[in-house]
Amino acid sequence: MPGCSDKLLHFKGGVSMNIYITGVGGQGIGLLSEALLRALDRAGLAVKGVDTHGLAQRGGVVVSQIRTGSGEFSPLIQPGMADLVVALERHEAYRALNGFLRKEGTLVYYDTVQQPFNVRNGSVPEITVETLHNECRRRGVTVFRVYRDDLPNPRMQNTALLKVILDQSLISELTSRHLEEAMEDLLTGEALKANLKILSTT
Amino acid sequence: MKKLGDMLLERLPFSELVMGNTGVVRGMVEAGIRVVTSYPGSPTPEIAAAIADIPVEKRPFYFEFSVNEKVAVEVAFGAAMNGRPSVVFFKSVGLNVAADTFVQLNHMQIPGGMVVIIGDDPGAHSSQNEQDNRHLARLSYTPVLEPASPSEAYSFFLEAASLARKQQMAVMLRLTTHVCHAKERVSFAGWKAETPDDSPVFSGESGANIPIGANVALMKKRALERLSSAKNTSLHRVLSHKNSERGVITAGLPFLSLMDALQNSEEKPDILKLGMVYPINEGIVADFLASHREVLVLEELDDFLEQAIKSISCTLGADTTILGKSSLDDWIGEYTPARVKEKLNRVWPGVVQISRLPYETIQTPARFPQMCPGCGHRSAFYAIGKALGENDISVADIGCHTLGFFPPYEIGQVLMSMGASTGIGQGLSLFNSERRVVAFLGDSTFFHAGIPGVINALFNKHNLTLIVMENGTTAMTGHQNHPGTGRNFSEAADRIPIRNVLQGLGVKDITEVDTYSQADLTAAVVKALDSPGFSVVIAKHPCMLKFTREQRRKQSFKAKHVEVDQEICSLARVCIDRFGCPSFNWNPETREVVANPDICIGDASCIQTCPAAAISSFTSKEVSR
Repeated sequence: MPGCSDKLLHFKGGVSMNIYITGVGGQGIGLLSEALLRALDRAGLAVKGVDTHGLAQRGGVVVSQIRTGSGEFSPLIQPGMADLVVALERHEAYRALNGFLRKEGTLVYYDTVQQPFNVRNGSVPEITVETLHNECRRRGVTVFRVYRDDLPNPRMQNTALLKVILDQSLISELTSRHLEEAMEDLLTGEALKANLKILSTT
Repeated sequence: MKKLGDMLLERLPFSELVMGNTGVVRGMVEAGIRVVTSYPGSPTPEIAAAIADIPVEKRPFYFEFSVNEKVAVEVAFGAAMNGRPSVVFFKSVGLNVAADTFVQLNHMQIPGGMVVIIGDDPGAHSSQNEQDNRHLARLSYTPVLEPASPSEAYSFFLEAASLARKQQMAVMLRLTTHVCHAKERVSFAGWKAETPDDSPVFSGESGANIPIGANVALMKKRALERLSSAKNTSLHRVLSHKNSERGVITAGLPFLSLMDALQNSEEKPDILKLGMVYPINEGIVADFLASHREVLVLEELDDFLEQAIKSISCTLGADTTILGKSSLDDWIGEYTPARVKEKLNRVWPGVVQISRLPYETIQTPARFPQMCPGCGHRSAFYAIGKALGENDISVADIGCHTLGFFPPYEIGQVLMSMGASTGIGQGLSLFNSERRVVAFLGDSTFFHAGIPGVINALFNKHNLTLIVMENGTTAMTGHQNHPGTGRNFSEAADRIPIRNVLQGLGVKDITEVDTYSQADLTAAVVKALDSPGFSVVIAKHPCMLKFTREQRRKQSFKAKHVEVDQEICSLARVCIDRFGCPSFNWNPETREVVANPDICIGDASCIQTCPAAAISSFTSKEVSR
């Protein structure tokens, strides 16, 4: 297939990692997934990705999917088959955990809440940290809760998540060099500087 | 990485990580396309976004967003009649708007050739239906190529452009949502950047392109001949697993879903992947049928291929069992890998392993799309809701304002298609003296298909209130300009104000209100509903998402927020329950309404909704990004 990296020809074909990225429209899921996709591509993996566009971007559930592997396969991850879920919001972390994460997979989420309307108006309860973590335990899922009060801007929560993915080696092929290069592909000026700073701070 | 615009003009072969929509733009460059037109609609607007990355002066082709899909097809057709290879692209339901012209295309001899790129939307991710446009292609004798991936979107585009030019006809490239938006590394060929031959070759001789009388039959025959000669494409593939019992015929994205589904299968069927889905190549299908005992036709949406394949089988007298759609659900939704697994398991139990799906202990609260913080439509629906009576009828239209249907506003009780609200409202008002009717219309849609409805209201003296929801952009599809904005895709253009158009048509009762002036808007709608005949309220406020993005880009963004004074808050909860701004969270433990600084943009349109005056705004210290 055109576009397959030569390094991977020893694979018999198939998918080696499924990464399911989710959050609420407007949270910067597109940037996060594009940075990851480009970093993994730079690391020499054959990657496929797909993003939500259109209607849902207006405050709805937004999903990006990244798959690495070789041969011919769909960009879409099957329910219960994601190895890693990256969520920018707690309710969406819970939704993806239930719908897409495999048993004993990994969840990393930014602990902010954008309540769906039914939660805001009090007709259904908010998904609490406790509910989420209990469910992770039941499924044997390793969970990383990310929350930082030192971010200069809430729009950098996505980069804060990338930092944890990197530091905890949640994607084995991901290196800080490739991630920084990917960021340089996507951002310029002050925005680039601020985001690189988050990635490099220990 | 080079800038996308520079990459698209690269002379040497290269590879890059791109989405399908970007891949076709490189195809346009390599194929020497001269004129490209469109009307924005998901899943295709990123094609225009990639084009926008090429500076106008370097762009090897002309591009415009036309006022609607029909005009877009006409402009591309006119250019191609003059020898310019052309492309038109738009979303699935856009083809309905374009149909009057589109169905005629292949009756014509088109010297430049035309590629019609359609973004079909199985699963109706952002469309009002999931119509299968292979039917319209068949109706109009248009060949259809169907890629499965970004790599194929690029290479099939080149094939479509070459076929269109060689046969002087229109060819459809049918993309689907997750082909448009899939991303992978695509290998591109070089580009010679030859100087285009822009000689005006248009010929009006002997009425060859005037479908009147006996000419129609001749033109139809010409269309059928060209269609039949289009079949010999090399885009079909057979993947043999040495299985003489079972085969699958498929095309497009369902092929990749099938590959996924079969990954760990020990009894893989043989696969025939069709590149051209219309007209079908009988020879290739016949050979595949003859070499398998059972053949499953795996296709999204309608049984288009299945009918054609059954017909081939019937003509051959083949004894192959053909399996296709077996339940109504098979006609609905996207054929994702999970869906294909489930289908295979039903057809051939044991061929694939179905893993037990995870279950939820506590159901995740549903999340609907909603208007952005600061959206002028929110103020509009909140204010208009106060003017509408229990019994009044509200007609929705296409655009961000369709979201007014969701709670807490629940305005918009019927939704059809672009610009349809005005006509539907007129029909609802006939023999109806009890229930007042209000129709909604977006500003881009006003120009696209709304004006005939307005003229009809005047011409036939209908009793209706029309509310034009003017946000100064085509917001839902990504902020494209429209004739009312003062700019076209490439340059400044005289603004066509909606108010002037209405006045020119003779609408007498027009009120223009900024939606943030909620009380004024309520009063204007009350007055319009009470006045007999046709009245228009222009409820305007610039799209705040576009506004804040532009400010951020210019680094002039000042982060502002609102806060709720808990001492003053009376827990009337109007900001949450009726105004419905997503910036307000409810803390059930402290029983407090709190503004979420992560998303609040400090537009302050909520302040006037608070009966206790507990909301105030402030400028934050947040650093811009």
